[in-house]
Amino acid sequence: MTAPFEQTDDSVVVIIGTGAGGGVLANELAQKGVSVVSLEAGGRYLPEDFINDEWESFGQLAWTDPRTTSGDWRVAKDFSGLPAWIVKAVGGTTTHWAGASLRFQEHEWKAATTYGEVQGANLLDWPIDAAEMAPWYEKAETKLGVTRTGGRPGLPGNNNYKVFEKGAKALGYSEVHTGRMAINSEDYDGRLACQQTGFCFQGCKWGAKWSSVYTDIEYGEATGNLEVRERCHAARILHDDSGKVTGVEYFDADGNLQMQAARIVCVAGNSFESPRLLLNSASSMFPDGLANSSGQVGRNYMRHMTGSVYGVFDKPVRMWRGTTMAGIVQDEAKHDPSRGFVGGFELETLSLGLPFMAAFLDPGAWGREFTTALDGYENMAGLWIVGEDMPQETNRVTLNHDVTDQFGLPVVNVHFDDHPNDVAMRNYAYEKGMAIYDAVGATRTFPTPPYPSTHNLGTNRMSENARDGVVNKWGQTHDVANLFVSDGSQFTTGAAENPTLTIVALAIRQADHIAREMSAGTL
Amino acid sequence: MQKSASSGQAHRGLTRRQLLSRASAAGASFVVGAGFIAAPDAAWAAETVALKPGSFATLVQMARDIYPHDHVSDEYYVIAVRGYDSAEAAEGIEAGIAALDAAAQGRGHASYLAVSWERERVDILRAMEDSPFFQQIRGGLVTGLYNQKAVWPLFGYEGESFSEGGYIDRGFDDIAWL
Repeated sequence: MTAPFEQTDDSVVVIIGTGAGGGVLANELAQKGVSVVSLEAGGRYLPEDFINDEWESFGQLAWTDPRTTSGDWRVAKDFSGLPAWIVKAVGGTTTHWAGASLRFQEHEWKAATTYGEVQGANLLDWPIDAAEMAPWYEKAETKLGVTRTGGRPGLPGNNNYKVFEKGAKALGYSEVHTGRMAINSEDYDGRLACQQTGFCFQGCKWGAKWSSVYTDIEYGEATGNLEVRERCHAARILHDDSGKVTGVEYFDADGNLQMQAARIVCVAGNSFESPRLLLNSASSMFPDGLANSSGQVGRNYMRHMTGSVYGVFDKPVRMWRGTTMAGIVQDEAKHDPSRGFVGGFELETLSLGLPFMAAFLDPGAWGREFTTALDGYENMAGLWIVGEDMPQETNRVTLNHDVTDQFGLPVVNVHFDDHPNDVAMRNYAYEKGMAIYDAVGATRTFPTPPYPSTHNLGTNRMSENARDGVVNKWGQTHDVANLFVSDGSQFTTGAAENPTLTIVALAIRQADHIAREMSAGTL
Repeated sequence: MQKSASSGQAHRGLTRRQLLSRASAAGASFVVGAGFIAAPDAAWAAETVALKPGSFATLVQMARDIYPHDHVSDEYYVIAVRGYDSAEAAEGIEAGIAALDAAAQGRGHASYLAVSWERERVDILRAMEDSPFFQQIRGGLVTGLYNQKAVWPLFGYEGESFSEGGYIDRGFDDIAWL
């Protein structure tokens, strides 16, 4: 069924990455009859392969190739070689994601206009808006089977949610529910309903959570128009004298350098690998890297303002039972500068197993203050804070020429400093999170620092003007007409919402655009 | 519970720490106390391979002082640091233990194991917590201790549930005290 294409076939669209952006784009193009070769650095793991054991699963799925870090974020100290907790596998981080599927709020498309001048922030309005995106969001919600949209019922609340809900309502929050989730509340699209098994972060063994590896990738392959080459690591994008891209050099599973010709190249390797590939593709014509005439490739790295709060109670909660992200408070997602910061945040339940709780509750901590917290593990409830962080030009992915990967390619250094707005929002959110648990009788609460980043955004941002960013409103690079960016790195700003639904909506829209332009002969 | 340094522990007979200390002083091959010599699976209680027995005993005490859980028995800490008893690791570990003992001696104790109160042992560890040796041991324990499946039930953690069909019919929403 899988279509094998010749490496010399320069009629194909080459897509690098198979996650929420690349995986969806590949399928959408294949459904329209476009020939696609997808290069995926990782291997293919399906529900039967997923492992419900945190560290073992991490070893199976996580991207652990070398990276370096700098800046004042605590991740640079505690997890200096692991700036992000993302996946190297077919399906990318859609195996790991929690499933929260929220649309941006209308004002978040226009952050610069809405928030005004924020010192030190490199804010910009998106060149698209809520009205433009509404139909694409609806297609994305239908594809993912998002609960509480399209008439699909919500998921039932687990123990962790019940504690969270009671505390939130006691504080007067009203937008409290079990979320809009790409986890089936009833059988959908040939996949089972959620069995409340936990381990959403380790790949859903029931297939109840949407992941591109067992949906879009398989549907695309079934058309005969999509070939996925696994364990193929893109190294460099090639171009001709006219400045159009012509193909992609990659290392195959045996470490041999190969080249696939291309009519169009779409980069969807997440917000570290995508700019890394553009920067590693520098040439005499593009000495600063491909599509980087603005100097913005790698800049404006955003990771969402995050943090967690865990509360310990005098009786068991057993938060690990059931859906990991089992509910949400949306009251704080609004823009209300009277709180002391611009933008807003969501509160979403979260749980970690004992092994990850030990690693992430307070990295580096030891002694009884720490261990008595873990002694209360069974009585713990947990929530995650996800809010809009400020883009800053100096928060940046660059090539680190002192460190190379297994292929001899320079790795990325990820530099991140919190913006004062991020700090103010986090401190406010910590207080609210702790108050939620205090309201239900917590005996102790823990404002837990951010984990290695799961939401990596903004390093090839979308802009109206070529000088301000890397891609236009279609994700097409300003500099190279047949080169696209198809992942979260094209985010102009991060909004308060988990990014996957927006990445998927943008990919569906981009596929429509690319197919139309190909038919018109303009690409 | 303990009234004083001299009475509290002594009243209950030899403590695990003192047993370990005695083993060390006597140069005994076995570094484990009575509580786990009796365990059916005694693989972890075998003779040390590369480390001095006393050094291994000190390592176990250090592990417990870093991540103390009074309801978790020594055998799990032994398992957590067992990997350091190897030809490759021994030199660095012996040097680290020597530094630990030197710090204890600087406070008037015979050795780290001879320090009676956890609080004082923790003071010694705090003073060296930025050292590569301390960070090696602490970092290794995060997985070495907490990723032992046998430890999980001691914290109430149930691990995977897929093999039992998840919790949909087994209490995912059974909280009754709210």
